[in-house]
Amino acid sequence: MIPSAVGGGADLASPPAAEPRRRTRNGPRRSARHRGYLVFLLPGIVLSTAVIVVPVLMTLGISFTRWQGIGRPEWIGLDNYTRLFSDANFWASFRNIGLVIVAMAVVPTLLGLLLASALYDHVGKAYGGRAASALRSGLYLPQIVPVAVTGIIWAWILHPDYGALNSILTDLHLETLARNWLGDPKYALYSVMAVLIWMQLGYPVVMFMAGLQRVDPELYEAADLDGASWWQRFTRIAVPLIRPEVYVVLVTTTIAGLKIFGQIFVLTRGGPGNATLVPSYFAYRNFFERAAVGYGSAISTVLTVSIVLLTYLFLRLQTRDERLGGW
Amino acid sequence: MAIAPASARPHRDEPPAGRHPDPAPRRRSPARHVVLLGLIVGVLLVLAPILVIVLNAVKSPADYASNGPMALPDSFHLQGIVDFWNRVDFGRKLLNSLVVSGSVAILGVGLAVLSAYALGIGRVRGRIWFLVFFLVANLIPQEMLVYPLYYLSKSLGLYDSLLSVIIIFTVIQGAFGTYLLSSVFAQFPRELLDAAEVDGAGRWRVLWQVVVPASRPTLAVLVTFFFVWTWNEFFLPLVFLISNDNQTVPVALGVLQGQRTMDATTTSASALLGIVPAVVFFLVFQRTLTRGVMSGAIK
Repeated sequence: MIPSAVGGGADLASPPAAEPRRRTRNGPRRSARHRGYLVFLLPGIVLSTAVIVVPVLMTLGISFTRWQGIGRPEWIGLDNYTRLFSDANFWASFRNIGLVIVAMAVVPTLLGLLLASALYDHVGKAYGGRAASALRSGLYLPQIVPVAVTGIIWAWILHPDYGALNSILTDLHLETLARNWLGDPKYALYSVMAVLIWMQLGYPVVMFMAGLQRVDPELYEAADLDGASWWQRFTRIAVPLIRPEVYVVLVTTTIAGLKIFGQIFVLTRGGPGNATLVPSYFAYRNFFERAAVGYGSAISTVLTVSIVLLTYLFLRLQTRDERLGGW
Repeated sequence: MAIAPASARPHRDEPPAGRHPDPAPRRRSPARHVVLLGLIVGVLLVLAPILVIVLNAVKSPADYASNGPMALPDSFHLQGIVDFWNRVDFGRKLLNSLVVSGSVAILGVGLAVLSAYALGIGRVRGRIWFLVFFLVANLIPQEMLVYPLYYLSKSLGLYDSLLSVIIIFTVIQGAFGTYLLSSVFAQFPRELLDAAEVDGAGRWRVLWQVVVPASRPTLAVLVTFFFVWTWNEFFLPLVFLISNDNQTVPVALGVLQGQRTMDATTTSASALLGIVPAVVFFLVFQRTLTRGVMSGAIK
């Protein structure tokens, strides 16, 4: 959505504020006030049903069949799923997605916290906000470069023969370090992870710097008077205060990581072997390259269930955290 | 994507970092200079890949062959860009992307406004469930939708048309917009609505003459987001737009990149052509985007 990042990730962290219920005892006022709105909901419901609900149910149904996209699907029950759970490619894709999430959510969040704090607390205060904003924009630029272009840039930089990275290493007389970055199963996934970190870093920085606006400057001044170190100011003031942003960033980037497709498609097509295979590309391959629509539907279903469950868990965790007075 | 939580504490409306004069600038010690220097080097490293692309996009193939990718170009060579542009009919791709992203941005926000009006202001019965529905709709990965949509659009004769992609993304982005706008509209000042009602305005008139004008900043942010997100979408357009005349910019670049038939300068030229529109949007929309990222602006 964003994502950025990330295609569209919703602000999961906060269900819309519900007004305290007015106790009108279903009096005429309430009903009059709330009448005649249903018609406005119709276009949204009808279109969402046609474009989202029906396809989801179809995919779910197809996942219990063997089908090549033409003719009649043949009902095979849970066969696709049993085959899936004994398929090495499937497990590889889920293992890879774990590392993708580390690269898209965990590392950028941690680095982003440090960078945002340094930009806000150090650069912003000692060198003026202009400098901080300029650096922030620089970090954010990779976020707005289209995925396809990211693929072009990095496939070329990491190319084994004429890539910029290996030619720099050669110029520094470090030929021994030159590798086939995207073509060697040992390094391909780590190379992809490095590219993902590069892409994602700007998003948490922007979000966290926005959150740091809420910090009361007096808090920092008081901390300064008490002789707090930079690290203490960071861990005791900045991080606890921007907890909501941390949640939003973690949720949205994790979901974006689970859905990742474009980056893998343009960098490695899941290869070499299945070294960088991810569920979405695995499904794509079955749908459009192997005409195994039933199997692809089973993969998509497992992916969808994982995403919905994970989001639910995140929201539960967060409400608990807020209730405990996290901030 | 980057919408700060509405549950965050209301905070004073401060201008974004970098606008307000610092009351008491800190002393600039040597240690601070080192930190700043480290940050600048880090940001330059992040920007380096993009800079390298720009360098090589304006090099002649001969220059590239003799001096390698890291040297400064010895002349300003635009032929690679022109050749690539003509080879892929890039103007056509740009137009396709503009049509798709522009339509989705406007239609998606329109759809979201209608639904959010019913949910956030109308508070229709069962609105929590509708909200959960739109939220889940937004979470669903496109792989879960793609095959049935591909199949259905083929049987409707919409396959390989910009219209199919526009409809699909309008609904997907609209679901997110509904979720977000519902929480914004829930805070809408009742007095304004009541005043309009006393004047005898119907539901439609209240929407167009009261609600929409009052939420213009938020809607502008949403239009911006939808436009940029749709512009960068890759998966569904890749599946749906197979003929050359219908491809969007990212699909054209992504597919070409798989062919590996291009020399390095042409590759750089193609990447540059992909980056330029994105950077232009970024500069044009930066204010809107920055405001969108600030949680205070979205309310």
